[in-house]
Amino acid sequence: MSVNLAVSNDSKMSRNNRVKLRTEQLNLYYGSFQALRDVTLEIPEKAITAIIGPSGCGKSSFLRVFNRMNDLISNVRVEGCVGLDGISIYQESIDIVDLRKKVGMVFQKPNPFPMSVFENVAYGPRRHGMKNRGKLEEIVERSLRQAALWDEVKDKLANSALALSGGQQQRLCVARVLAVEPEVILMDEPCSALDPVATLKIEDLMRVLIEDYTVVIVTHNMQQAARVSDMAAFLMMAEDRAGVLVEYGATSTLFTNPRDKRTEDYITGRFG
Amino acid sequence: MLMRSISAVIAAAGKARGLRRQRSGERFIEGWILLAGILAIVILLGIVFFLIREGAPIFLHTNPWQFFSGAKWYPVSEPPTFGILPFLVSTMIVTIVSTAIAIPIGIACAAYLAEVASPRVRNMVKPLVELLAGIPSVVMGFIGLMLLSPLVQSTFNLNTGLTGFSAAIMLSMMSLPIIISVSEDALRAVPDDFKQASYALGATRWETIRHVSIPAALSGITAAVMLGVGRAIGETMTVLMVAGGALAVPQSPTEPMMPMTAAIASGIGNAVRGGLQYQALFAIGLVLFFITLGVNLIASRVLERQKRRFAR
Repeated sequence: MSVNLAVSNDSKMSRNNRVKLRTEQLNLYYGSFQALRDVTLEIPEKAITAIIGPSGCGKSSFLRVFNRMNDLISNVRVEGCVGLDGISIYQESIDIVDLRKKVGMVFQKPNPFPMSVFENVAYGPRRHGMKNRGKLEEIVERSLRQAALWDEVKDKLANSALALSGGQQQRLCVARVLAVEPEVILMDEPCSALDPVATLKIEDLMRVLIEDYTVVIVTHNMQQAARVSDMAAFLMMAEDRAGVLVEYGATSTLFTNPRDKRTEDYITGRFG
Repeated sequence: MLMRSISAVIAAAGKARGLRRQRSGERFIEGWILLAGILAIVILLGIVFFLIREGAPIFLHTNPWQFFSGAKWYPVSEPPTFGILPFLVSTMIVTIVSTAIAIPIGIACAAYLAEVASPRVRNMVKPLVELLAGIPSVVMGFIGLMLLSPLVQSTFNLNTGLTGFSAAIMLSMMSLPIIISVSEDALRAVPDDFKQASYALGATRWETIRHVSIPAALSGITAAVMLGVGRAIGETMTVLMVAGGALAVPQSPTEPMMPMTAAIASGIGNAVRGGLQYQALFAIGLVLFFITLGVNLIASRVLERQKRRFAR
């Protein structure tokens, strides 16, 4: 699958990135309640794609489709096609452990394990069979450097991760994801629990990460989406409360010249 | 410790009084609660006082060293000797073996209920497990006597199936409900965030239980085990019926033995009130009291620490 996205030229997307993730006619149900309806969307590689929309429109559910975290909730049903590099991730033969290695996730609330800083970052590699202490130290340092946290914690690797500040904890969670060398990083409102300074640090970090990774971020914060993302998708609730995709395109276009009236109303703050 | 609890009760009552001075109904209830709190402490102090008054005089006859290290318990010989080493060792063996059996089963069962079982299964199994705690110990003893001891006898090819090992198995069954119930609560108190993070990193369910949930709940699980141990140490009827009641210092778990509780229960009927044997038995009770008190104190300390750790 090497379809190029048709994107307007004025965006930061002029690199014509390959499609990394893709959904087609995606429908998601919690029991009899439909949370997402007919979402079709292509997410480009090595770019930041923002999912925006009012509360309860299914943004988080949509994000969790890509690493199949929804599987943990009983009676969730997914219909339609979800692809990673052109391969359907909901087919029988997909190994979920493998999928989650490739598609990492950063959560809304910083959630480091109640262990040392070092053990937090080493957790993923250890679970995937890395035993060599020297290698682990290398991975931990590299991941912490990538997450722009190394200088702040290099003397505190043995300390509890819960003693770090909220912003540091969140970057630690990013480092923990990076340690398993994923291809995609899903971020579920990663800054909503952080102060403005810490938020900026995470945003800077995201801009650096897309050199190597594909980033998908769910955010409540319109300015944040406008600041950091290359592509933006606007989801909204239909009458039956199911989330539908209203508009998707380059961030610059979506924010300055939205095609849909509802998008315009939302981004100008008329509702939501 | 006791002084601290008393002052805590009084302080709490005082604070509540300050807040709602005007209502007489409130004041009545506050007074009632204060009274109940003080009563519990008074009863505890009374028990300690009673045990010391009845038991301590034995040390005028037998010095503490002889009492604890003596291997001979001949209360009715002339002169009588009171060495409680056989009982101490028996209690130790029975407790250690029963704990060793109960810990892996208890934690595995708690992990199953907390992490694997569907809510329906959990809501069915957990009350059943807790019901197990309510089976009278004499019934457990009866089961040990009739069902377990013949099995132990033939398995290990022994002269009698009434051994410390048989008692330990029954005790492990009796401490399991506490261990399972409290460990399960501790495991369920582990924030879901941690588990989600683990799954999102590609860990399997087993890895998540083993490397995230159990370590995070470890202090709660430790407290659960301590409570279970406390129950095993204090249990009387079952060990009296199943442990075999031999007076020698046991050399292995598969010998008949007489834990401290059984020694007290079997001896107290023949003891003359205020006599030497009576005093010695109360001294054993005093030792037992301090052992269980110690275990419970450690357990509550550990639980306290667990609570503080997740308050972030």
